[in-house]
Amino acid sequence: MKKRGKVLRQVLSSLFKKPVTTHYPFEKEKSGMPKGFRGKIIFHPSRCIGCKMCMRDCPTGAINIKKIGEKQFEAEIDLGKCIYCAQCVDSCIKKALEYSKDFELASTDRGKLKVILDAEPEKPNAEPEKPTEK
Amino acid sequence: MPDPRDVRVPIGPQHPALKEPESFLITLRGEKITSVNIRMGYNHRGIEKACEERTYIQDLYLIERVCGICSHAHSTCFVQAVEEIAGLEIPARAKYIRTLIAELERVHSHLLWLGVAGHEIGFDTLLMYTWRDREVVMDLLASITGNRVNYGINTIGGVRRDLDASQIEETLKAMDILEERTKYYVGIAQEEITLKKRLSGVGKLSYEDALRFGAVGPTGRASGVARDVRRDDPYAAYAEINFNVITDNHCDVYGRTVVRLKELLEAFSIIRQLLKKFPDGPIVVKAPRKIPAGETVSRYEAPRGEDLHYVRANGTEKPERVKVRAPTLANVQAVSHMLEDGYLADMPIVVAAIDPCFSCTDRMSLVSNLDNHRTDVLPWEVLRRRGIEHYKKQGVDFSVLNKKLANVLGK
Repeated sequence: MKKRGKVLRQVLSSLFKKPVTTHYPFEKEKSGMPKGFRGKIIFHPSRCIGCKMCMRDCPTGAINIKKIGEKQFEAEIDLGKCIYCAQCVDSCIKKALEYSKDFELASTDRGKLKVILDAEPEKPNAEPEKPTEK
Repeated sequence: MPDPRDVRVPIGPQHPALKEPESFLITLRGEKITSVNIRMGYNHRGIEKACEERTYIQDLYLIERVCGICSHAHSTCFVQAVEEIAGLEIPARAKYIRTLIAELERVHSHLLWLGVAGHEIGFDTLLMYTWRDREVVMDLLASITGNRVNYGINTIGGVRRDLDASQIEETLKAMDILEERTKYYVGIAQEEITLKKRLSGVGKLSYEDALRFGAVGPTGRASGVARDVRRDDPYAAYAEINFNVITDNHCDVYGRTVVRLKELLEAFSIIRQLLKKFPDGPIVVKAPRKIPAGETVSRYEAPRGEDLHYVRANGTEKPERVKVRAPTLANVQAVSHMLEDGYLADMPIVVAAIDPCFSCTDRMSLVSNLDNHRTDVLPWEVLRRRGIEHYKKQGVDFSVLNKKLANVLGK
């Protein structure tokens, strides 16, 4: 009898629960990704000094910093190569790199996997990705 | 001369026991297995060589990807070796965080194994239950480290992320939930008669054999071998924590289940102690880019058993040699012994009972050319012809099947 009671509790609690699964991608998770989630890398060109420490430490060679003018740099990130370890964020001494919560990066076009984050002067509140950290 | 009553069955590289490739050549007499020949090397990825061509920082992320389940085990084992060569003493808080992640990983690995074992014996309800509970610890790992697997928490000289008060509270809450659930599973293992009958006496490995084959981790401890690196050679914060080394005398798959379940309860107690004693202070010390010349061996008690890394540095930014000995390599010798005199139907659960990870295990294997006794590169055609001849000698002939296949494909 004891055992049957155990099963009954499990059955009843499951009966009145909402389904755990959601209709992704039509319905996104409300709570979102966890706080420190390492997603797509964001580049702040105005802070970059072109020391290329991120390129040196990247385990897969996914990031490439190019000089495009006097004190102006652009970052090219290959999303197909990036393993989202965020070592470049740790290596950057000027905090020019940041990670976001953006993870829906799959693409059927190989060209779209290469993202060039150019050196246009940063405008506050007008960035394509919202930075997650303060 | 092989006995005419014997039947040779090649199982694998694609086989029903696991998702990873491994070849078992089994000789059967009736339903009983008389001998087993295990062949590894189907999952070789050249990680050790790749390590030599990358800097220590880059290697951290590569080594972490040796295994998906015990990624923290490999990365900690490697980073411990590098820190020892460089003479770095990591801060106390970093040690505690490493230990915390290690135990959370053990919880997730053992719950995963319990589900897989349930699945192999046709007890899929157990699989659903344990994998549902595993989500609790996976979410916790994601919130602490930023990822569900490949946590990326280690760096040379400490850890990359700190825990805040809310995360500590969250962890303690999760431990209460998981402890209650684990006690329920312990109850199942003790009371459920079908589970007991299915697992008892299957995959026998006596105490003497466990020592002889060098079985490690839960496989060895289920045969009464009280060996645990956490106690025998304490690393990280284990020297300051009280815990028991769980052993069992069943010497079979049932014993391995009991050991893993009790280790789960032990892990919850370790995590609670860690969070109680959590020291303050920095989480990382500055590490040099160039590691001075030297060599060392580092040991780590992964969820599956003792993990061992050898690192040799030569004073540059890149290691000269990295050698990884995953726990499965130590246990796989015992598997062929466990399978002998057992039934063919027990093979999936016996193989799964050591919690094997073949991609961790596979290292480079050199095949010397028997024609001229030299080690050289063999072309694909030669290898293929040799494979066919090898199987023909063993009494397995694929040529008829190949002809049929060619006919089908030809149409």
